[in-house]
Amino acid sequence: MNEKVLMTGNEAAAEAAIRAGCRFCSAYPITPSSEFLEYMAHRLPQVEGIFIQSESEISAINMLFGASAAGKRAIVASSACGVALMQETISYLASTQLPGVIVNISRAGPGLGRITPTQADYWQMTKGGGNGDYQLVVLGPASVQEMAELTYLAFDLADKYRNPVAILADGMLGQMMEPVVLPKFRDLNSLPQKPWAVTGAKGRERNLVLVAPYTDEEMITLNEELDRKYRVLEAAEQRWEPTFLDDAELVIVAFGTAARIAGDVIERARNEGIKVGMIRPISLWPFPKDAFKNLEAHVRTYLVLEMSNGQIVDDVRLTRPGDTPVHHYGKGGGWKPTSKGVYEQILQLWRCIA
Amino acid sequence: MKTFIRPSSMSENHVPYCPGCGHGIALRLIGEAIDELNLLETVIGIAPVGCAIRAWRLFKFDFTQAPHGRSPAVATGLKRTLPENTVFCYQGDGDSAAIGLGELMHAALRCENFTVFMNNNAVYGATGGQLAPTTLIDQPTVSYPSGRDPNVIGYPIKMTEIIASVSKKAYIARVALNSVRNIREAKKAVLKAFKTQQRRLGFSFVEMLSACPTGWNMKPLDALKWMEEKMIPEYPLGEYAVTEGLE
Repeated sequence: MNEKVLMTGNEAAAEAAIRAGCRFCSAYPITPSSEFLEYMAHRLPQVEGIFIQSESEISAINMLFGASAAGKRAIVASSACGVALMQETISYLASTQLPGVIVNISRAGPGLGRITPTQADYWQMTKGGGNGDYQLVVLGPASVQEMAELTYLAFDLADKYRNPVAILADGMLGQMMEPVVLPKFRDLNSLPQKPWAVTGAKGRERNLVLVAPYTDEEMITLNEELDRKYRVLEAAEQRWEPTFLDDAELVIVAFGTAARIAGDVIERARNEGIKVGMIRPISLWPFPKDAFKNLEAHVRTYLVLEMSNGQIVDDVRLTRPGDTPVHHYGKGGGWKPTSKGVYEQILQLWRCIA
Repeated sequence: MKTFIRPSSMSENHVPYCPGCGHGIALRLIGEAIDELNLLETVIGIAPVGCAIRAWRLFKFDFTQAPHGRSPAVATGLKRTLPENTVFCYQGDGDSAAIGLGELMHAALRCENFTVFMNNNAVYGATGGQLAPTTLIDQPTVSYPSGRDPNVIGYPIKMTEIIASVSKKAYIARVALNSVRNIREAKKAVLKAFKTQQRRLGFSFVEMLSACPTGWNMKPLDALKWMEEKMIPEYPLGEYAVTEGLE
């Protein structure tokens, strides 16, 4: 067991969802996420699960709303503009505290854009998108292995906190193939109990899933309750991967595909005596603020590498202690950094501080 | 002697609707049918944005609300994962025929095994009486005060006829909640819709013509008269499809 298999990121996420006990997927075709839908279409019936190709992304996320209200583990997958169509109901999921997993294999925007990889949906996923004060938990995988692992984890986080959880990847991670060790199948009987689910009021008080609290006071109370939950999440669920942070003077901040590219360059720069390190946020929300603690003693500059015009860089500026300079290297619209380009950026900054 | 009592599936909460409104009648019929078919422990109701959003207050069983127009998609997720339960949507005409037209049409097209009750009162009630897709020609609304002009905003939508044209395994009926006779007929349709679902025969859809005296700017009795004279001729009553094996 635990043998390595070769899969795309879309397939690995879909298979991991099934192994996590997910038996419901609704989705609408969109490149570069469609392989997720196709995998679920043939795989879910094999495990007595339900797959529905919906008439729109709006309908897909509302089908998830129904399956989740029924107490089932459910997932939707889409991309960028397709996820934009889901935002209304994602806000409703947050307000009703229904779990659910949303996979965004993003593509270049704004608008319909192109199917090229991008990280320009960082704000879309981490800063709302729907209305009201709410937060998604957002996980940013950087390999096919993590597409599987983080999707698997997403279901546990969603159930534990009764909150929707998003996987934010891109067309590169969704469509490239890598060896992956898949997680174990969860026993469906071992999944968390959901005494709040609407399943028919037999032998108990009735359950309600309300998107509209009945009084103004109840609406404020709900917001206070959500805020408390988000603070707990911020304290307990930050995830990041540190690289050479013990003595780094130049720290790259990058997630997902950008971090993969930076990782290769860091090895080479270290061999040349450049004291560079990296913070790779894995939880994009909650943003891994703790990763920046106690770095001010030796870090002299930050380099944020991202495939957008500048989104996660805002969180780095808000988070890093003191006034250490924060530089941005990135561009939206499907631009991908090269190893050479990243190396040159490192070299340039190193010359300034060394 | 028969005593007129509250159905056991209904709560004692205040009915949160205006005087003369048809929602109370429609929801009571649903409650009576749930009692008669003994569905209290298995039924799950869904009501979305609009005056319908308060429907959960009147019942005692499991209930979920839904985003505006999206109940048939939510019901699809619920019913497919809980096929043993009875699932119904209670939607207004703006909810089902405007913003949620796609979700309703595709649930009907897939012949999803749940029930949709569409309360058609020819206006947006909750937001103050704006034009709905169902508003009659020349009917004044707060958004088109000189009346619906088909050259400007089109003709009234016939949801029952449309659903009957796409849903090939379905019970489909239009009823009116304006007279004792029509309300008794409506009750029969509600029962048949639930039975269609219980026997897994396909989709079920009942359009309920209903008064909105507040939105129509009429006294309740005038509203019932207007329904008889104007609304029912535009929206003919009757069964438009009966599932095979129901009777």
